[in-house]
Amino acid sequence: MFDLDKWQEIFATIRKNKLRTFLTGFSVAWGIFMLIVLLGSGNGLQNGVEYQFKSDATNTIWLNPGSTTMAFKGMKPGRQINFTNEDYMFVKENIPGVEEISARYYFWENRIISYKKQFGSFDLICVHPDMQVIEKIIIDQGRKLNQIDLLRNRKVVIIGLPVKEALFKNGENPLGEYIRVNGVPFKVVGVFTDRSDRDQQRLYLPISTAQMIFNGGNKIHNLTITTNVSVEESEVLEQTLRTKLAKLHRFNSEDKSALYIGNTLKEFKQFQNMFMGIKLFVTVIGLFTIIAGVVGVSNIMIIVVNERTKEIGIRKAIGATPWSVIFLIIFESVIITAFAGYFGLVGGIGLLELVNKFMPASDFFRNPEVDFNIAVSATLVLVLSGMLAGLFPAIKAARIRPVIALRDE
Amino acid sequence: MGSSGSGKSTLLNVIGILDNYDEGEFFLDGKLIRDLNETQAAKLRNKTLGFVFQSFNLIAFKNALENVALPLYYQGIKRKKRNIIAMEYLDKVGLRDWAHHLPGELSGGEKQRVAIARALIAQPKVILADEPTGALDSQTSLEVIQLLREVNLTGITVIIVTHEHDISTLTDRIIHIKDGVIGENIIVEKMKQN
Repeated sequence: MFDLDKWQEIFATIRKNKLRTFLTGFSVAWGIFMLIVLLGSGNGLQNGVEYQFKSDATNTIWLNPGSTTMAFKGMKPGRQINFTNEDYMFVKENIPGVEEISARYYFWENRIISYKKQFGSFDLICVHPDMQVIEKIIIDQGRKLNQIDLLRNRKVVIIGLPVKEALFKNGENPLGEYIRVNGVPFKVVGVFTDRSDRDQQRLYLPISTAQMIFNGGNKIHNLTITTNVSVEESEVLEQTLRTKLAKLHRFNSEDKSALYIGNTLKEFKQFQNMFMGIKLFVTVIGLFTIIAGVVGVSNIMIIVVNERTKEIGIRKAIGATPWSVIFLIIFESVIITAFAGYFGLVGGIGLLELVNKFMPASDFFRNPEVDFNIAVSATLVLVLSGMLAGLFPAIKAARIRPVIALRDE
Repeated sequence: MGSSGSGKSTLLNVIGILDNYDEGEFFLDGKLIRDLNETQAAKLRNKTLGFVFQSFNLIAFKNALENVALPLYYQGIKRKKRNIIAMEYLDKVGLRDWAHHLPGELSGGEKQRVAIARALIAQPKVILADEPTGALDSQTSLEVIQLLREVNLTGITVIIVTHEHDISTLTDRIIHIKDGVIGENIIVEKMKQN
């Protein structure tokens, strides 16, 4: 098998039939290349959207109060609905299926954050500690906000990594330092990161402290909960929340703009379904690409053997055994498909790497990657089919009596 | 010799174990050749027989040297060694300078000389030549036959199939075939004396 002479004979044949070699190789390389690019793009698309989703918990329901559009019990439409701490307590204590819950209180204006002579403007979000779970923040330094911070109305804050970089130049340690939020000093107790870049440009404050210091009273802007129920049950939960809050705030429970409800569970499920579809689609196209490659290789191998019938006759007349003929043809096919497959593989992965490197990761496309095992198996399938495609014509050729093969013009 | 369709090529193919035969017996080098499998036939052809064809049957993508060396490849002789031997044989047929040319770059006579060198390289016992001059002009034909004559003088049997009278007169013995049956058997005395 590893007789160097045999390989030299095969390589000599390959070298001297460049067009034939190129055509066989090209169909294989192209098939593999397309397959890799296709699979990679599919994965990139999925990774992008999934990353986006996974920067927050994927089982959240959020509630934003709005203003009514329907008259209800003698009240005119256009009435503003406001949430307070009571709504937080109400949902927390009366609605089954709620895991984590947090209210949010936003500052819309005067968001001036400063430390010594550094100033910045970032989102200020005042929350319950549960929000840190819902937002899936990752603590980089220090600690998270906790229940005691809330109970004691501590003036503490955790800041996103970009906030730290903007305020604390020269690598100062922010922990224990006081930054000013709209002029009020807050002690930094933690630095966090978030997979979503936008969600890092933030500071989280205990909601009770913020309400007290910034004249918020008991007002909250939003309620976010997580739940461990199924998608179907989450829709029931959504409906329960709507009915109960409608009763509490006296608006028509059909009035969608009085209370906006978002359900990431449902959205995530929809995306998962969509990606299952895309995956199936990509797999089917991938399979057909491979089949096209196999057919291409088979075709060329049959033509090659037909074309070489006379050569085989000559070789047999001067002493080639049937096995040596089969070996010659099969291994030529294997070498070409293996090399071409390798080039297609490297080319496809190279292209994906280039895209990965030079195209910034967006919300819709991120980290296009291919399961290496799939890529290698696809190449092996093509090599194997090249071998099979060559085998039958080769056996046929090896069986022909030399006198017939020699007569072939 | 014989006219076309008389069965002379078929006989030669049977002798060369390129084709099977239906009845009778054929002994090659004292061995009955019957129902050999392809591998055995291939080995026998490689060791004891050399072929020269009308249409030369050189492999187009191999140069003269590689064509001549090919039988040795099938004997498992290393590349370096077989190329040296092939060069010797090319030298014998006067084509040393053409060793690295492809068959397409050679004239008909040169191609046939390459084919003869290829037939000789395995040092066969018999050379089978099927119309070796069929595609050549008369001057070149004469040169080729002269070459085969020289081969014959080294002790190798040369069987030539031809339908040209001029060619047949240059041999030691002429066997006529008509409709598949061997007829006249003439020993040419004057060549024997040569």
